[in-house]
Amino acid sequence: MDIKLSVKNLEAFYGKNKVLKSMTLDIPRNKVIAIIGPSGCGKSTFLRCLNRMHEVVGGTIRGEILLDGDDIMKKDPVDVRRKLGMVFQKPNPFPTMSIFNNVAAGLKFNGYKNKKQLGEIVEKSLKQAALWEEVKDNLNQSGINLSGGQQQRLCIARTLAVNPEVVLMDEPASALDPISTTKIEDLIFELKKDYTIVIVTHNMQQASRVSDYTAFFYLGELIEYGETKKIFTSPLNKQTEDYIRGRFG
Amino acid sequence: MEKELATFKFRLWRRKITNFVMMGLTVVAVLVAIIPLIFIFYYTISKGITYLNLDFFIQMPKPVGESGGGMANAIVGTLILIGIGGGIGIPVGIMAGTYLSEFGNNKFGSLVRFLTDVLSGVPSIVVGVVAYTLVVVPMKHFSALAGGIALAILMIPTITRTTEEIIKLVPHSLREAGLALGIPKWKTTLLIVLKTAWKGIATGILLGLSRAAGETAPLLFTALGNRFWSTSIFQPIASLTVYIYDYAKAPFEDWNNQAWTAALVLILLISLLSLLFKILTRSKYKTNR
Amino acid sequence: MRRKWVIRILSKNFFKNHNPGDFLFERLTMFFALVVFLLILLMGYEMYDGSRMSIDKFGWNFLVNSEWDPVQEIFGALPIIYGTLVSSILALVIALPLSLGVAVFLSESAPPWLEKPLSYLVELLAGIPSVIYGLWGIFVLVPWIRNDVEPFLSQHLDFLPFFRGAPYGFGMLAAILILCVMILPIISSIVRDVLKSVPQSQREAALALGATKWESIKIVLLEAKPGILGATMLGLGRAIGETMAVTMVIGNTAKISLSLFDPSYTMASVIANEFTEATSDLYISSLIELALVLFVITVAINALARLLVWSLERKWKKN
Repeated sequence: MDIKLSVKNLEAFYGKNKVLKSMTLDIPRNKVIAIIGPSGCGKSTFLRCLNRMHEVVGGTIRGEILLDGDDIMKKDPVDVRRKLGMVFQKPNPFPTMSIFNNVAAGLKFNGYKNKKQLGEIVEKSLKQAALWEEVKDNLNQSGINLSGGQQQRLCIARTLAVNPEVVLMDEPASALDPISTTKIEDLIFELKKDYTIVIVTHNMQQASRVSDYTAFFYLGELIEYGETKKIFTSPLNKQTEDYIRGRFG
Repeated sequence: MEKELATFKFRLWRRKITNFVMMGLTVVAVLVAIIPLIFIFYYTISKGITYLNLDFFIQMPKPVGESGGGMANAIVGTLILIGIGGGIGIPVGIMAGTYLSEFGNNKFGSLVRFLTDVLSGVPSIVVGVVAYTLVVVPMKHFSALAGGIALAILMIPTITRTTEEIIKLVPHSLREAGLALGIPKWKTTLLIVLKTAWKGIATGILLGLSRAAGETAPLLFTALGNRFWSTSIFQPIASLTVYIYDYAKAPFEDWNNQAWTAALVLILLISLLSLLFKILTRSKYKTNR
Repeated sequence: MRRKWVIRILSKNFFKNHNPGDFLFERLTMFFALVVFLLILLMGYEMYDGSRMSIDKFGWNFLVNSEWDPVQEIFGALPIIYGTLVSSILALVIALPLSLGVAVFLSESAPPWLEKPLSYLVELLAGIPSVIYGLWGIFVLVPWIRNDVEPFLSQHLDFLPFFRGAPYGFGMLAAILILCVMILPIISSIVRDVLKSVPQSQREAALALGATKWESIKIVLLEAKPGILGATMLGLGRAIGETMAVTMVIGNTAKISLSLFDPSYTMASVIANEFTEATSDLYISSLIELALVLFVITVAINALARLLVWSLERKWKKN
């Protein structure tokens, strides 16, 4: 198996409070990995450790996170975040920028000036996010006039524009209507050709639909990790089974 | 039983009267508070307008005895003074406010927050004395620079605290969006967070500038005043407020009248400043929220 | 501790997992926050340094001696401190009930269409430059006091020592009235905010028990007492430090007198009035010491007021 991201003995803290307990798992290239578990189990924290956003809110991380064999904990977090893009639960386009500038923001603020290429990248990213047809005539309008589903796809396009290697998604469809959710799920299926995707979700149908591998977290611990099909049909662990059968959480 | 009911009714009646009287008194208080405002505006406009003409804006003050003339030097002087004050005070205030909101969630931050509030209560005349010992004494003469520094010190608390409050209103998700794109925190803060909050910060700056434009006490022995045309920041400089003070005390009726006109011009200047900022900060995009 | 920091930054790995731009940015903004912090210390030190000559010469006598005589170079600030305290406290006594009335009206009983413009007017009143208040004081308030108020008071209340003497216009009474007008908008806008932050449930609880509107407001006022006290102190701080308007109407005479008709002096107005005329070093030094006293008093008052308001905010956040 071709490993993209390898997490070893990862521990995360808020102050002295340990929220993730010694996690070890490997994430294969060009696959979709779903993380499920009841709320408060640390799945969002785990995701935010992967691109070191956990530190932004004052948390600390211990352990190793190897991206293609390099430990991201020893790198400039800004570079790390360029390689591991993130899509948030609630769409958060920049309110002061046009649609075009929203997508171009990551490049522009990092000193990318070539206007022609910028235009091409914006177009390509919007197409990848399946938003191009809907907005191509209104690129100069504000991003926040779009619908919630469109905003979320705008945020995905914005993330793709920086050309990340891994895309982290934190419950990307939980604030959206069913039609937009379907669109996002189709999108994830398309994106895995080019990217490795880690998605946190509380929706088990969604996890089983979109993912190749699934990890079940409970109380800050990795309980079970394996192929999605296996986890959902014959989980090894009792807790996983209870959760999937809807007995708690 | 009947008697008790009667006393209850009497009490209720008394309570209702008290209620009526007290609520009426609050209305009286509002009227009493508003009357001076009406008076001040009435006098400033009616007395000030008689001498308000083009000469006032383009002419220099005339010596005693000659009527006419204007305060061109004082208008420019006031603008230069608030320019120096803003030039120093705005960056310090914005940066300090940014620190408080983005990194100031600690003891040092609380201490600075507290001292900023305390600083905003220090009388402006005291700030003038400090600017005198700090700038005028070493330079050995009065200067626009000393006056501008005094105004800067007065502006800093207002701008710091409004910047902090306004930046805190920017949703955290926006910061995260920027950071997650691999934009460094400093760029995220300056180009995304501050840009989003810019309108509110501008309001704080405006408040600081217009207050500074109306200050007199800190200028009396820093910028001093100047009857001649000067735009040098190392020389004493005229200001509208110091003119109002000097001309109001003077025993010449002509000067007294000009003081009213200067007051009117000062109020117009402050209003103009506010209008200018409103136009400048009009946002490009209509926001739905 | 500090050394450990330096070593960490200098070590090769530090900038490998820290963004250098962000590191600099945090230090830079912190530097400006530090400027604000140092500013207040610097101010205190500068004034202490500048007044050293006067402190050495007069010591504590500066505060208790009642003679202020620039010609003989004897500087005792008692009449000035007296004038400052009397003018501000009396102004506060008049302004406080009025401010409470305004604040209660704005936060509790004004209809929404009236509340906004009225609040705006009150804020406008707070924004008028002090020197314009003074101008108005000289040409409108003082003549009115001289021609109408003082003759009336001395006619009807001359058994009180406060209302005796020649109706001069310029003097303590004018200063008190103008200060009152100036601090009223400050106190009322803070109190309005404090009242507005009292949870609505408190009012509803009282009204549901059959209380009248005024009775429910009394409960709200009681709840907001620390905030009102804080606002009052902020108003007092402003009154004590207010310079131009007072200088222009108070008459500028360093003399203790019971009569409100007599001219008086405040610390701020002495500095404003005499600083540029002060010729000797001792004279200037004494004026700077006056500024230092004013600084210490206002800083103490403001610090206390802020602490009061903060403690209240914290209490409501908990609930």
